[in-house]
Parts: sequence; structure tokens; C-alpha cells
Amino acid sequence: MSDEKIEKASKIDLDRTDMPKQPPEIRRHNFNEVALGYTEELAIKEAKRCLQCKKPRCKTGCPVEIDIPDFISCIVKGDFAGGIKKIKEKNCLPAVCGRVCPQETQCESKCILTNKKGEIAIGRLERFLADWEAKQGKIDIPKKAKPTGKKVAVVGSGPAGITVAGDLILLGHEVTIFEALHRAGGVLTYGIPEFRLPKAIVAREVDYIKMLGVKVITDFVVGKTRSIDELLEEFDAVFIGTGAGLPWFMNIPGENLNGVYSANEYLTRMNLMQGYRFPMSSTPVRKHMKVAVVGGGNVAMDSARTALRMGAEEVRIIYRRSHAELPARLEESENAEEEGVIFNMLTLPVRYIGDERGWLKEIECIKMELGEPDASGRRRPIEVPNSNFRIAMDAVVCAIGNSPNPLVPSTTPGLETTRHGTLVADPETGKTTRDRVWAGGDIVTGAATVILAMGAGRKAARSIHEYLMNKG
Amino acid sequence: MNKIIERKMIVPNMHLIEIEAPDIAKKVRPGQFVIVRPDDEGERIPLSVADWDTEKGTITIIFMEVGASTGSLASLNAGEAVATCVGPLGNYTEIKKYGTVMCIAGCYGIGSIYPVARALKEAGNNILTVIEARSSYLIYWLDRFIPISEKIFTITRDGSLGYKGHMKRLPDILHSLPAFPDLIIVNGCTYLMAHTSHVTKEMGISTIVNLNPIMIDGTGMCGVCRVTVAGKMKFACVDGPEFNGHDVDWKEFLARRKAYMEEETLFFRRSEPKTKIHKEGECQV
Repeated sequence: MSDEKIEKASKIDLDRTDMPKQPPEIRRHNFNEVALGYTEELAIKEAKRCLQCKKPRCKTGCPVEIDIPDFISCIVKGDFAGGIKKIKEKNCLPAVCGRVCPQETQCESKCILTNKKGEIAIGRLERFLADWEAKQGKIDIPKKAKPTGKKVAVVGSGPAGITVAGDLILLGHEVTIFEALHRAGGVLTYGIPEFRLPKAIVAREVDYIKMLGVKVITDFVVGKTRSIDELLEEFDAVFIGTGAGLPWFMNIPGENLNGVYSANEYLTRMNLMQGYRFPMSSTPVRKHMKVAVVGGGNVAMDSARTALRMGAEEVRIIYRRSHAELPARLEESENAEEEGVIFNMLTLPVRYIGDERGWLKEIECIKMELGEPDASGRRRPIEVPNSNFRIAMDAVVCAIGNSPNPLVPSTTPGLETTRHGTLVADPETGKTTRDRVWAGGDIVTGAATVILAMGAGRKAARSIHEYLMNKG
Repeated sequence: MNKIIERKMIVPNMHLIEIEAPDIAKKVRPGQFVIVRPDDEGERIPLSVADWDTEKGTITIIFMEVGASTGSLASLNAGEAVATCVGPLGNYTEIKKYGTVMCIAGCYGIGSIYPVARALKEAGNNILTVIEARSSYLIYWLDRFIPISEKIFTITRDGSLGYKGHMKRLPDILHSLPAFPDLIIVNGCTYLMAHTSHVTKEMGISTIVNLNPIMIDGTGMCGVCRVTVAGKMKFACVDGPEFNGHDVDWKEFLARRKAYMEEETLFFRRSEPKTKIHKEGECQV
């Protein structure tokens, strides 16, 4: 960085505008959204801090290359309609990304002000614009290209699928999304809880692509109800965005006791099946007083904070490394801590102990210490001999990750997978080893982020479009 | 939304429902199941498919009314619709020539084992059918089993039809045969499957059970249906639902099936009565 630039930076406002939030003692008892979003005044105040760099680095940190300085300058001028239009040129899910993108490792990490710890709150501004647009009540429908007569099937209605569908429908193709569950949205619907991503927002995004003309068929399991090969008889191209939905367990004794959940089950029960409304909703939910969540990612934080809201008195995160290695977004682990989640770091469960009726009553753990960095670059956790101890718990949520769902790969001959179970696909185009079949999102990368899945969807859409147009 | 073609109680508490589901009817094979959600508030219930009609595009399910969600399903009628009917899920029964196959069923399993028995018969097997029920009036579809079975045995708790007692009588049946069957397939309640497996393990007769644990998505995502088989964790929805009965950890399976017994009772306390009862001047019949 040149001296003049530092000089200029020192004169500007480094005071990142806070976003109003529900206070921890209130929000830990409700499922309403925690972060309340910027008001117009706050958004303009934050936007004014942007230096409008000539060579904006923030843009390079965005997987879908949103014109960040441009939309921020729209906010400064009070032209919110122009701002959201700018974002939507590149991102069809701004209300979602503004909330769940890890901006601190993407766009915001590249901001020139990051060195001074005053990076622009790009995510909050993105969210502000998306929410502003929703509040106007009228959604701007972009013009669609002339119908091409080509048909595309999209398997899975998560972020990758929604992006592919949204892009291809605008290019004039006929698009049908197949979703296995009864509600569209994928992980946005079944996984991320209401207090972090209200389901009304996901429904709005799904309605939007439906408005564009995308057909969404729920309750349809591709690989079971119909195979990829059968879809290829009816459609010119197929995109697979089935995500990473196969939960990992630890293979330790007692894992099948009642009260031991995969994070997928726990969150699906609460979100998709509306367990937080039980007994008004029909999917039964057990009231647990002491809940341990194993893992340190965003899903672990979501599970722990859900447990608090379900009335648990004691909620612990059990993580085998230390605070510094937590893979969760800092914002999420801070939120969890503020709400009263207890963090048991450098701890690994080794055994679950049940009562005579087959319900969990205690967890046996072992203490860990950090050794040399491993392949992931993080220091490897090593067991401390004879440090076993037990904690009384009546539920444990295993949030240690997911592998790709094998349903589609196992029923589609010729579709190659890696040894991790992910689909082999060209990173630039999403083309798989099968003709006319593309893939993107977690099914290709393994569990990752919403925005990366969208980025992959965008690339695949481009490649599918090229193919369809050249095919004649 | 899938339209209901027919819904009737075939024996007390046991219902038959025929649902319009052309995609499933085209694909389903013996031993598979679907997930049904009666209405928008409803739970996702896994139910074995008891029959289907590819031409008509319908599937038939036999289910017992046990809780809130099966209760709402049982209250639906022809012309109405279920919110979800998705499938066919799980792996299908391996249909090939085994020789003599004994099909043991009780409860809803009488319905779900029927297509298995029919397909095995078509594959050239001799079918022995064993049906267990509390009393003769709870047995259904005998007319369907007669044409495909070499022999039908019934066990009733009250002795009203066939052997008196319960599954403990199975060895009596097995020993009455000139030779043990080459394979036994069991569909029905956990007790029936577990007990049969214990008996046949001692006798060394291969036994396949069709497990019916709690499920949510039915596609391998939630893992609630996990079961220990031969010491390994399996998901009944994608690895099953059929397993070698001798390898299943039945104690664990039973405990997991009962996980929500207490919560189930809550449903019956949650709702307002549908009609106002004895409210002055506003009485509804």
C-alpha cells in the first residue's frame, strides 16, 4: 500500500456502523431474527465510509463478483432501487447472502480498510438493499430472452439450483426444479434456523424464480422417483445440486442412544418440520434441559442456539481444538457466547452413556491439546492421556459435518465420483463425466458455503447455455 | 398434493388408502416405502407400499391408526388429498428363486408383505404364509394370499383362527413342516420381527426383516432411522429397509422406535374440539 493511500485512510471514518440486534437475554428465548438490519440512516452512514477505490479489491473477494463499490455509491446517493439492481446483476439471492455469507473472509477481508480494522460492512449493506426492496412490495422482474424451446432439469432447490434456474430462465430456457423435500430452498430451508435466516425470506426468493417461470416440483426424489437417465429423455440438460446431506457420526459407543441427534435431524426437525411450534406442529420434539453440541462450525452454533431457544438450561459446544480454530463465523460464535452457550474447547467425546430406557444421560470426554499443524494448516488436536471425564447431558447434537448424498451418484451410471463421494466436475464449467449433465455446490466441493454454491451454479448456467445454443 | 382415490377401514383401526401417484406407481417394487404427510402441519410418516396399479397410476397403503399423524391420514376421504406422497424409497426386496419362502406378517405388514409374496411366487418360489393377529376379525386380505400360498397358517391370541397364542407358536409351525423354508421374510411390528429373528437364528433359517423406524426425510439426510446391523451403523431409509434379522440390534431398535411415546400423547391434548359441545343456544349436532 502506498504512503498516500495510508495517509488518506487515516483521515477517513474507521468506525464500522453496528447493526442493531435483539439483546441476548431476550433473543435466547425466541426464534425471531437476531440481527435487525440497518435503517436507511445507518446504511447511508456506513456507505459513506467507503473510499470508492479505483481498483476495488472487495470485488475480487466475492465469488460472484458483485460490483460492490457501485452498489455502495448508490446507497450514498439514496438510490436504493439502483443499488439492488446492481447487486442482482450478479447475485439472485442478496437477502440470503447478506445474512449468511462469510463476508469477513471474502469481500470484507479484501477491503482496504481491513488493515485498520474498519472494513466496510458490505454484507450488512447488501442485506439492507435486499430488505428495502422486499419492503417496497413490488419486485422488479427482469426481461426474459426469447424462448429457446430448450428444457433444463435442476435437481435440488438449494442455493446452487436456485441460481442455475434463475439464470437459465432469463436466457429463455424452460426450467424445472426437482426437490426431494416438501418445501423448496434446500439447506436454506431445512438447515439454517429462523433466527439467522427467516424462512419468509427463503420463500420470497423461491417465489421470485417461480414468478420468472421456473417450475418447482417438490416431493420428488431424483434417483428414486425418476433417474437422471430418465430426466435426460425429457430434458436437454440436467444440473445436479443435491448438496452435502449425509451426516457424519463419530463411530463411538452409544451413538444410537435416544437423545443423540445428527445436526441435520435436529435442525430439520426444528426448521422444516416446525418443531419449535410443537405441539402445534405435528413432528414431535423432546424437551431437553442439558444439550451438548459436538463440533465448532456454523451448524454447531445453529444447533446450540436452537437448543437454547427450545428451553434448554445448559447448552455446551464441545470442540476438539481451541477457540482460535473454530470454523464458525466469528459473529456466530460470539452470538452463541452472548446468549449463554458454554464452550468446552479442547474436548472430545469418546463415549455416550445411556440410562436403562436407552436415553442418553452422560457423555464421557477426553481432554485434548494442540500439536503440530496438520494438512488443513490447523494445529492437530492430540488426546491427553488419562484425562477422561464425564458430563451429565440429556441430549447431544453431532455437528461434525456431512458428506455428499450418494442417492444420485449411486443411481446414475457413468457419473464419476471422487473418493470423498463428491461428483467429478470441471471447476470452470461444472460439466460432469456424463454428457448433458452438470453439477455444482456441495455435491462437487463437499460441504461449503451458500455463496460458493451460487458461484458454481452461475458458471454451470453459463456452460449449459452455451451448450444449448450451440446444439442448434 | 396427491389425490386420494379411496380410504376405508378394512379391519378395526387398520386403514387402506389408495393415492394417486403415477410416478411412484411406475417405479415402486416390493419391499419399498413412501413418505406421506397428511396435511401441511403433518409429520412425515414412512409407510410401506402394499399394492399399486401402474395403469391407473395409484398406490395402495395399509396403515394402522396409532398417533396424531396417522389419525389425520385416517380422517381423509376419497376426493381429498395428502400434502406429500414421495417415493418409492428404500431398496426393494431381492426377488429371485430361493425355493420355499415363508412370509410372516402381522398388522400393517399383512398388506406390505403381499406384493413381496406375489413377486416371489411369480419368480417360482413356493410360498408359505403365516399371519399373526390378536383375533380372527383383525385378519385381512386372506383372499389375496390364498391363490399364491402353498399353505397359510394363522396365529391368533384368542385362538379364534388357527394356532392359539402369539409368535411363540412359530416353532410349532416350523416343526410341522417337512423341511424348514429356505428363507423367511417378516413384515410387521417390531415384536413380531424381533421374535421371529430370535427363533430362526437358533434354527439357522435365513430371515429378512423390513424395518420401520422413525424417519424424517427418507433419503439419508437426517439419520434418525439409524440402526445397528452386525455391529455397524446403517440408515434404514437408504441402506434398508430390509436387513438380515439375525444381525439387527433389536433392543436398541425398539428403544429408538419408542423415542417419542410421551410426546405423542401431547397431540391429543393440543387441539380444541372441532364442534362446540353443549354451549347454550349454539349446540351443533
